[in-house]
Amino acid sequence: MLAAIDWSFIFEQSLNEALDINAVVYALAAIGLNVHFGYAGLLNFGQVGFVAMGAYGMGLSITLWNLNPFLAVLVGMIFATIFALILGVPTLRLRADYLAIVTIAAAEIVRLMARSTALRNVTRGAEGLNEFIGPFRALSPFDPSQSYGFGPWQWRGAQFFAIVVGWVVVALMLLLVWQLMRSPWGRVVKAIREDEDAARALGKNAYWYKLQALILGGIIGGFAGMVQALGNATVQPDFFVAPLTFFFWLVLILGGVGRVWSPVVGAMIYWTLITFIQNLGRQLVTNDLIPTSIMDTSQVDQIKFWIVGLSLALLMVFRPQGIFGSREEMALDAR
Amino acid sequence: MWRITSLLLLAALFLLPALGALGQSAEGVRARLTYEDPESGTRTPAVGVAFTVTDLSGAAVGEGVTDIEGNVEIPVPGAGEYLLVIDVLTLPEGIGLLDEARGTAQVSVLQGRVGSAIFALTTGGETDVQRRVTVRRVSQLTVEGLKLGLFLGMAAIGLSLIFGTTGLVNFAHSEMIVFGMLVAYFFNFYGFAGVFGFMEGWPAPFGAGINLIPAALIAVLAGGMFGWALDRYLFGPLRRRGVSLIAAMVVTIGLSIFVRYIFLFLFGGSPRFFRDYTAQSGMQIGIIDITPKDLATAIISIAVLVAVGLFLGNTKLGKAMRAVSDNRDLAESSGIDVQRVISRVWVAGGALAALGGVFIGLSEQVSWNIGFRILLLIFAAVVLGGLGTAYGALVGALVVGVGIQVSTIYLPTELKNVGALVLLILVLVIRPQGILGRAERVG
Repeated sequence: MLAAIDWSFIFEQSLNEALDINAVVYALAAIGLNVHFGYAGLLNFGQVGFVAMGAYGMGLSITLWNLNPFLAVLVGMIFATIFALILGVPTLRLRADYLAIVTIAAAEIVRLMARSTALRNVTRGAEGLNEFIGPFRALSPFDPSQSYGFGPWQWRGAQFFAIVVGWVVVALMLLLVWQLMRSPWGRVVKAIREDEDAARALGKNAYWYKLQALILGGIIGGFAGMVQALGNATVQPDFFVAPLTFFFWLVLILGGVGRVWSPVVGAMIYWTLITFIQNLGRQLVTNDLIPTSIMDTSQVDQIKFWIVGLSLALLMVFRPQGIFGSREEMALDAR
Repeated sequence: MWRITSLLLLAALFLLPALGALGQSAEGVRARLTYEDPESGTRTPAVGVAFTVTDLSGAAVGEGVTDIEGNVEIPVPGAGEYLLVIDVLTLPEGIGLLDEARGTAQVSVLQGRVGSAIFALTTGGETDVQRRVTVRRVSQLTVEGLKLGLFLGMAAIGLSLIFGTTGLVNFAHSEMIVFGMLVAYFFNFYGFAGVFGFMEGWPAPFGAGINLIPAALIAVLAGGMFGWALDRYLFGPLRRRGVSLIAAMVVTIGLSIFVRYIFLFLFGGSPRFFRDYTAQSGMQIGIIDITPKDLATAIISIAVLVAVGLFLGNTKLGKAMRAVSDNRDLAESSGIDVQRVISRVWVAGGALAALGGVFIGLSEQVSWNIGFRILLLIFAAVVLGGLGTAYGALVGALVVGVGIQVSTIYLPTELKNVGALVLLILVLVIRPQGILGRAERVG
């Protein structure tokens, strides 16, 4: 019965996804989230908004203003910073749950604005931006007609370029976060997470430090959006739907909150597992091992959401520190 | 005797399709109206749009209204040329003709055929009719805003009370709303058989659909039970385990995503409509045009909300709810059974959310993912009114509802919810405790 299933294909796909562009995007977004929640204790439920701002900032710089690619990346970072300021200035003085509500709402504002017909001349509505990739592809040293890599990890030149750039950015961000969190700045941020009143009593401007952390994590999230744009050669508003933020949360919690490496580990585990389950499910359905009266192929893709929702809830109850985290490093008692 | 009967039956069997074909062969004019819903991006039928058919001289020969699939078919007396005229005032709110000049289509009807016409609808640009600011239009939008505000208010009070008594921001409240909507839908169409397949073929309410009103009552009961079960089996145990509020908040999100996609699995992706009271034409009250269903649901909402207000203000349990919400430790030390009060709050929150869901489903559409959009509006409402205050939530909901609808005078319809969310952020800058909240340090 199970012979009809192409196991080698499933395994190959699953291993491939562990290093593919999606894993890079999720890892970067989760690194940003780690700065927010893991180190500074900020409850950001709208990380996807930062990702969108980064992607649109970079894309619009090319399609609208014809900037050079490096300036475009800078504009993406500026977009994410502005978004952080808009969110942070009103809410960081308030209780943690206010930030949660505002971020989830603001991320949805970004998506609705980007796909609106009112801004069609700027953001191209629901179709999104598709004509920005040229200047980036021109920087690629890889031959687009050739395959690069080995084993299950082989990609065409253009895709390989995006993946290499993505992982380099991940490495740089990990280095940055690791060094920052050992620095005096990082110790203040962690102190604020543990006890804001105590940090304030010691003369630290908690509000200012939290705002800096929000901007830093937001820019890293913005990089996730730029890598996504580079890898998929498109920026579409409906990629940035609200549940995506909680996929990043799952990736972060899976690896372990407040650990430098954990978002990368979490992203790799997540994409390997999800790809495995989805491919297996699809093959079970196409081979009639699961009757179509119960589930058809389009519904197989919904399983992902069940797993994400359920594991997010279960991890939070039974193992909030994730696989590698330590419980002391968690800002669960933030007010 | 038996022979003759069976022969007749056999003849009837052969004749029936022929009769059916005869029935179809009458001449008529047909149109199908759909538009792209800016929220979900799916093609949605335009329901209840009135059409008139005239001959070329302009004399009316028939009229009709689109059904829940957006189809309209109007019989005409014979073959020839006809004009199909759309009544733009009956189009769903925010929907207009793509080309204002093409409100009339000429249709050629051949012998025994149904001629069809095409009307292109749009949600994006405002139409001339909508752009005009008149007293009539402003008051019409205000009434629609109040209606939306009442529906939001029912759900918002539950969210606010749960927050007040437990400190938990329940992101799964959206799924409690959609739960009510879907339970009512299933009972409206399938009865218990919608859930228990073996009952198929039993009499209503077991094997067949029932009227929407009893279905809504069942939905409210089910919503209360859903709320009770969530507290009893999930959030109560979490509180006892000492799981922090932030972790519990993430749990509500996980739950919300899980349940939402279960809904998608069971219900399917395309939005649908209840079986009863869907396509209604409006009636004129003064300068306001309102459908009977909207008037009825608005009155029921007001009655329910007044009842909730009286309950919170005058009954022992209601006072206990407010006491726990106000100061949990003080309430507990004065002998109030806090866990029991919290359980009742979840029941009330679930029931109110379910009723709100049924009404929203009736006034807009029944869909699996409408909850998230509503949840963001509810957040705007409760933050505006003051997080944790029941009356504040209601005031906030009314302001948000009216604000959203009236803002469509200046904003494109697809951005009306954005306005409410921007308001949410502005309130936090200017007055973080909300309209009715007490000025205290919330950070």
